[in-house]
Amino acid sequence: MNRFTAFVKKEFFHILRDRRTLLILFGLPLVQVLLFGFALTNEIKNAKIAILDNDKSPHSQQITNKLLASGYFQLRENLRSNDDIERAFRKGTIKLAVVFPAGLTENYEHGRSTQIQLLADATEQNTAISLTNYATAIIRDYTTDLNPTVQPPLTIDIRSRMVFNSELKGAFVFVPGVMAMVLLLVSALMTSVTIARERETGTLEVLMVSPLSQGQILLGKVVPYLLLSFLNGCIIIALGVFVLNVPLNGSLLLLLSETLLFIFLSLSIGIFISSIVDTQLVAMFASLMALLLPTIFLSGFMFPIESMPKPLQIVSNLIPAKYFINIVKGIMIKGAGLRYLWQPTLVLIGMSIVFMGLSLRNLKTRLS
Amino acid sequence: MDAISIENISKSYGDIPAVSDISLSIRPGELFGLIGPDGAGKTTLFKILVTLLLPDQGRATVAGYDVVKDYKALRQLVGYMPGRFSLYPDLSVQENLAFFATVFGTTIRENYPLIQEIYSQLEPFKDRRAGQLSGGMKQKLALCCALIHKPEVLFLDEPTTGVDAVSRKEFWDMLRKLNERGLTTLVSTPYMDEASRCDRVAFMQTGTVLAVDTPSAITNRFTKPLFAVRAADTYQLIHDLRLAPFTESCYAFGEFLHLAVKTAVVSDRQIGSYLLDHNHRNIEIHPIQPGIEDTFMALMTQPQPTA
Repeated sequence: MNRFTAFVKKEFFHILRDRRTLLILFGLPLVQVLLFGFALTNEIKNAKIAILDNDKSPHSQQITNKLLASGYFQLRENLRSNDDIERAFRKGTIKLAVVFPAGLTENYEHGRSTQIQLLADATEQNTAISLTNYATAIIRDYTTDLNPTVQPPLTIDIRSRMVFNSELKGAFVFVPGVMAMVLLLVSALMTSVTIARERETGTLEVLMVSPLSQGQILLGKVVPYLLLSFLNGCIIIALGVFVLNVPLNGSLLLLLSETLLFIFLSLSIGIFISSIVDTQLVAMFASLMALLLPTIFLSGFMFPIESMPKPLQIVSNLIPAKYFINIVKGIMIKGAGLRYLWQPTLVLIGMSIVFMGLSLRNLKTRLS
Repeated sequence: MDAISIENISKSYGDIPAVSDISLSIRPGELFGLIGPDGAGKTTLFKILVTLLLPDQGRATVAGYDVVKDYKALRQLVGYMPGRFSLYPDLSVQENLAFFATVFGTTIRENYPLIQEIYSQLEPFKDRRAGQLSGGMKQKLALCCALIHKPEVLFLDEPTTGVDAVSRKEFWDMLRKLNERGLTTLVSTPYMDEASRCDRVAFMQTGTVLAVDTPSAITNRFTKPLFAVRAADTYQLIHDLRLAPFTESCYAFGEFLHLAVKTAVVSDRQIGSYLLDHNHRNIEIHPIQPGIEDTFMALMTQPQPTA
């Protein structure tokens, strides 16, 4: 067995024998994807609503049925009076109340305009907006279905279509984000910590006073994490596609290549961090502060970059995850090819070269 | 040719000198000790010799190779055990040894005879993780790892620090046996009692060498008459003795004070009457032969090193 494979084998022993490392490696992506997929979602399903039907007509009944059949709403109670509405909101049992006025049918059939009132609990403002939008759309659908031929004069009919994600699924946004976060965390944090550990235990000194070159030592650290991170990326993609129904419209090969590129960049950053810090603790702290937080907040994963103040928008251009998230979204959801993604790809390649170059420059054959 | 030759080596960290103008030569097959307190510059000197640090001034060769220019060749030839070396705690005894063997391009089997005697004590635990070994066992394993590629010169930086007394003795017995096979060994230690186990020692303090010689020759440098003194109140005793007109030096060594006097005419009776005058009780005085520690204490307090 040559010395390089022995080194890689030893590195695998370190990873596989440390429960915490294993947990971070394989527990983290699983938990993140499932957590974002099922718990931390801002999609609305089965919101509790109340109906106050003062008309009690086939129309009001059919509109109610349509609302409940949509899957967004679930009937909590039928109210009897306006006072009940306020009481229900105060109790917090409902998010939305639909009020059909008396005479709805009569007005409608005589061609007079009529109103339906929607009341939403705006203590959660985003939910309130979404719910009223959903309900409005459903009710408007009902009226157009009733008399498809009659077009009211001089109205501008707005038809919006959500391109690429017609159902507005959150998974489309966070699967690429989680992928970027997990890969960066695993690759950069783990490599920087493992090199710092060898420095702390004095084993790095012994390795330096051995025929192993510094390049071999670094490469030996990188190879296991490259393999494991790649496996991780595949797991996240599979979870996204098969469990969360994120489409894979583009080329899988391109997606995997871009993933490898991003892992390589993350590893370069990890090695760079380890070349400027001395202890595991500092390495961990540097990785978390310098990588994880900006990735969460500034990459467009959690908050849209467009609504950030200008200085932060400029800073966000330095976040590798921003480009990777764009690439993954492009390939998986838009089905874009390299023709459309060459720019962010080039940025990732450039960043890799810079960080590898810096690490190689810091590479020492001796202690400082 | 010297196994290790050090000529006017200096090294400082920023403004703080760690090693100043040290010259030493260590002969092939010698078991050479660097003795000195923490911060004396032992570890810095070691790191220069094993090619991990560049000296600011001076030059050094190990096994004929320059430590700066020929560092690549040298790294094949030296065995190095750093002071805080702790192996890989999550690898088993055998995996640790096999790893270092492979890294140095050899196998356990190839050089087994060299480590057999030490490793045989570890073999019952060869599947145990290194992190679960006792301090003494860890040192034995670390020594095996440093020896597995059959180095020409062995560098052990404070190998016995933090190891119990029995294991320390065993460790030195092993070093002696290795030395009998002709392995040149440079070992550093802060424990002065270990100096007598070396062929020759260099006393180091604040980056300089105070004396280089065989342990017995160093002891012979101590020419002043020496007494061991004990009394009921040790604190007062050391105070009074240091003020006495006949006293050259007085240091505490365990339960006795070692008192060096200025001239051979001072007798134990004279000391005794001085102490009685100062109201000491339970006085016990007898002349002793100086040990290596006495010499070191004397060397340390001299304004000019005699080496």
